[in-house]
Amino acid sequence: MTWETVIGLEVHTQLSTCSKIFSGASTAYGAEPNTQADAVSIALPGVLPVLNKGAVERAIKFGLATGAHIAPRSVFARKNYFYPDLPKGYQISQFDLPVVGMGQLKIQVEPLSGNAKPYEKLVRITRAHLEEDAGKSVHGAAQGMTGVDLNRAGTPLLEIVSEPDMCSAAEAVAYAKALHTLVRWIGISDGNMQEGSFRCDVNVSVRRKGEPLGTRREIKNLNSFKFMQQAIDFEVQWQIDTIESGGKVQQATVLFNPDTGETRAMRSKEDAHDYRYFPDPDLLPLSITPQMIDEIRSAMPELPEARRMRYMEQYALTSYDASMLTSSREMADYFDSCVSNLGMTKLAANWITGEVSAQLNREGLEIAQCPVSPKQLGGMLARIADNTISNSGAKEVFRTLWSEGGDADAIIEAKGLKQVSDAGAIEALVDEILNANADKVAEYRSGKEKLFGFFVGLAMKASKGKANPAQLNDILQKKLAV
Amino acid sequence: MSLSTDDVQKVARLARLAMNDDEIEAARSQLSGIFQLIEEMQAVDTSGIEPMSHAQDLTQRLREDRVTEPDQRELFQSIAPQVSSGLYLVPQVIE
Amino acid sequence: MLNYSLKQMGAALRAKEISSVELTRLYLERIAAHNPVYNAYITTDEKTSLEQACLADEMLAKGEAQPLTGIPIAQKDIFCAKGWRTTCGSRMLSDFIAPYDAHVIEQFNKAGAINLGKTNMDEFAMGSSNETSYFGSVRNPWDQERVPGGSSGGAAAAVAARLCAAATGTDTGGSIRQPAALCGISGIKPTYGTVSRYGMIAFASSLDQAGPMARSAEDCALLLNLMTGFDERDSTSLQREKEDYARDLDQPLKGLRIGLPKEFFAEGLSSDVASRVEEALSEYRKLGAVTVDISLPNSRLAVPVYYVLAPAEASSNLSRYDGVRYGYRAPEYADLSEMYEQSRSQGFGAEVKRRIMIGTYVLSHGYYDAYYLQAQKIRRLIAQDFAEAFKSCDVIMGPTSPSTSFRLGEKGDDPVQMYLSDIYTIAVNLAGLPGMSIPCGFGANNMPAGLQIIGNYFDEARMLNVAHQYQLATDWHSRSPV
Repeated sequence: MTWETVIGLEVHTQLSTCSKIFSGASTAYGAEPNTQADAVSIALPGVLPVLNKGAVERAIKFGLATGAHIAPRSVFARKNYFYPDLPKGYQISQFDLPVVGMGQLKIQVEPLSGNAKPYEKLVRITRAHLEEDAGKSVHGAAQGMTGVDLNRAGTPLLEIVSEPDMCSAAEAVAYAKALHTLVRWIGISDGNMQEGSFRCDVNVSVRRKGEPLGTRREIKNLNSFKFMQQAIDFEVQWQIDTIESGGKVQQATVLFNPDTGETRAMRSKEDAHDYRYFPDPDLLPLSITPQMIDEIRSAMPELPEARRMRYMEQYALTSYDASMLTSSREMADYFDSCVSNLGMTKLAANWITGEVSAQLNREGLEIAQCPVSPKQLGGMLARIADNTISNSGAKEVFRTLWSEGGDADAIIEAKGLKQVSDAGAIEALVDEILNANADKVAEYRSGKEKLFGFFVGLAMKASKGKANPAQLNDILQKKLAV
Repeated sequence: MSLSTDDVQKVARLARLAMNDDEIEAARSQLSGIFQLIEEMQAVDTSGIEPMSHAQDLTQRLREDRVTEPDQRELFQSIAPQVSSGLYLVPQVIE
Repeated sequence: MLNYSLKQMGAALRAKEISSVELTRLYLERIAAHNPVYNAYITTDEKTSLEQACLADEMLAKGEAQPLTGIPIAQKDIFCAKGWRTTCGSRMLSDFIAPYDAHVIEQFNKAGAINLGKTNMDEFAMGSSNETSYFGSVRNPWDQERVPGGSSGGAAAAVAARLCAAATGTDTGGSIRQPAALCGISGIKPTYGTVSRYGMIAFASSLDQAGPMARSAEDCALLLNLMTGFDERDSTSLQREKEDYARDLDQPLKGLRIGLPKEFFAEGLSSDVASRVEEALSEYRKLGAVTVDISLPNSRLAVPVYYVLAPAEASSNLSRYDGVRYGYRAPEYADLSEMYEQSRSQGFGAEVKRRIMIGTYVLSHGYYDAYYLQAQKIRRLIAQDFAEAFKSCDVIMGPTSPSTSFRLGEKGDDPVQMYLSDIYTIAVNLAGLPGMSIPCGFGANNMPAGLQIIGNYFDEARMLNVAHQYQLATDWHSRSPV
């Protein structure tokens, strides 16, 4: 029997407002415990919530970016449960009427194993709603005690709920990555996963082909794509094993342990969840006017998918290159400012997805921190395009740009990297070599064509590596053929 | 309508109220009386009536995204039952 | 001096006939002498009150006095006042020193009024007799064996017993009007959203509204001028222009149409109160008003609707009292769950727990539609009844409470009987309308009876005018039990 996996994601993304969703406390990460926990954050008696416009605008942006319906009227509701990091004993969230309705996101799936080809898929996004983040529990703060830090309490979150449209870890990861790119691209979240700005809950169930949906288990709080893939793979196998050995999957919330690579059900006995949602009487219905939407729409950047398509159509880039270049807005903008004329698009794409990305990876930098500016790189690419430097020469220029700065032309000049493209000069050089190696020439002409490389090597050496390789090839071939 | 002991226990648990058997029973009988009063609502036909959550038919005012609140941890924690190193302390939470 | 109107008192202060310090001391001495009997105050702070009085005297000396500068006001212990113990009548907050000022407190402070102390109240404003206070029952100054009404019973008793010049109260289902009626004073609950709820400890957020309690309608108008106004910290605060509620006090009542809902004069109304109300209506006719018969057909459902909606909101509002960040924490507990349950069980009194249970139940899974949603729909019907009624009248009148004050303990065992004592006041909160109570004579056992005046939205100035004209023609409001 073949098994099918059904996966849906709930992603909590912290919105990049400077103040909290319902109060004027700072949302900056990393402050001393409770120094950003104002009266509203600690839920003092008598305090009241007032909605942050910045959070609403960001939610609208997301809705527009996913082609979703923006609710003209949405409602905040209270989700009631007790937990030390939830100071009011309820979380202000949205239930019946979320701000963002059904939308969708196109994803590029890179299968994780086998020879399967990359493919495209459309994932439906059920809804996205605004809510407040909880505080943090610090375990072992004192003997047998848990400490509660409410700095994070009240940070705005957009909870993005997908349909169960994904059927493998690869698809789930591709979706999460696309979402992660999108929220940063449109500037609604810093997407910092280490700091918890982008957290994924993954609902996983398995079923035999053709059977109804199985019971799902929810893997909570995954904060890296690698863990997500590992957690799903483990969970899927666990569920299949459980059913195949005659067991039944119980609905549960599970945690992933990166050290063991395993998932386990949470120990805390949650009451049969009864959140007693009801409209928050402290907050009035949120009205979003067409004018407000238009204003935000007019300020929307070109979206990653549109940019990707444009790169493929306009610049004839491959799907892979276009995807790589649109993996972040900074990357795409870097590419755009590099490309000063159309002739260099492929070259720029190759360099940025190749050498530049590799070097960034090696040094653990983001494209925004790249020491070589797009202008500097563009200057160098222009010299490759007009045959001034060879590829190996370019690598040296790049290394120098990276470590010492400066501009490509000056480096080429200083290091004498300009390649020889003067046909007469190359011909003279080739003649000299052929004359000095008449025996090898004879061998070549009698059929030992492998010797071609030998002549290239000698010519390059003689030119101190500056001969234009293509030209050299042409001339050598011509002369040897005589 | 009358509530069962089980109903009352469940509600007490949801509301985090500890109650012994006598209290549960007392609550059960009082709540049953109150729900008798509440049941009067059921006779009304409310089809097509929009629920009313707020006294005024208005929409939410939005606050500019600005940090306005200073750090008042010392003041706020001076009235806390138990704190250490700026953290509120509670018995260990098990996940 | 004790029987001076606030206007006269202000004039005396400005004329230096008496200083604010002297006036404050006079009241503090009366409190020291009589509060042990009435138990109207939970907390007084002589030093702070006198310091405020000193500052007020400076304002008076500099000629910067406003109408209430230097006048000692009693604050209901539901308003957070920075540095003051703010208990809300509960053991849960019995040691809670508020770290900030409620909007209402700020307004009084800015005007140079004196905070004379925090008045006793039913625990978390849940009660109609002041017997649910953790700090003991309040005695009705007209008969110490009887209740003052509730939940603003301490405020009403303090005003009646001349233990303050005027007081603040809050009204969720009648908590200003009913104790005003039972203690023979005047009190007004303004239109919902007129007075900011910021810093007022929440009971049922969509119904709670603060208002003044005083010896006359004229005094109420002065206090209302100070208490109202837009506050951006409360999302339900209304953005309206400041108005002078005393502006129409002297308008004649000729042609005033008084609506008399037949439901308010039906079975359940005691005959003594009915007679006093009839007499008051005769007086109004003498003043040129006409009475018209109206109907509020759904008002009989106000009590059941209220006992769904108010407990539902309260159950959630009171979840923040968990012993983590402030307030009562049980001395002994084995784990987190027990800490919550013990702290809340010991910190809350019986009535509060009862209402939390009702609220939790009506919001819980499977009951939401039948109770909560149904109640919200009938709430709309009740509001529509009033809208219909105001088409044919300017104000609505009737009894405030079905009977005069009852004996302490008389309704203690039967919550339903207690709930029915607010039968005429609750509908006003559900609709969000302004309502007031003024004394209209004495009923059984020589206890005061109250006339309720209900106005259309934002019609407080007219209601105060209507009340004031009656008080010019009668002297019930100036009768004193002391």
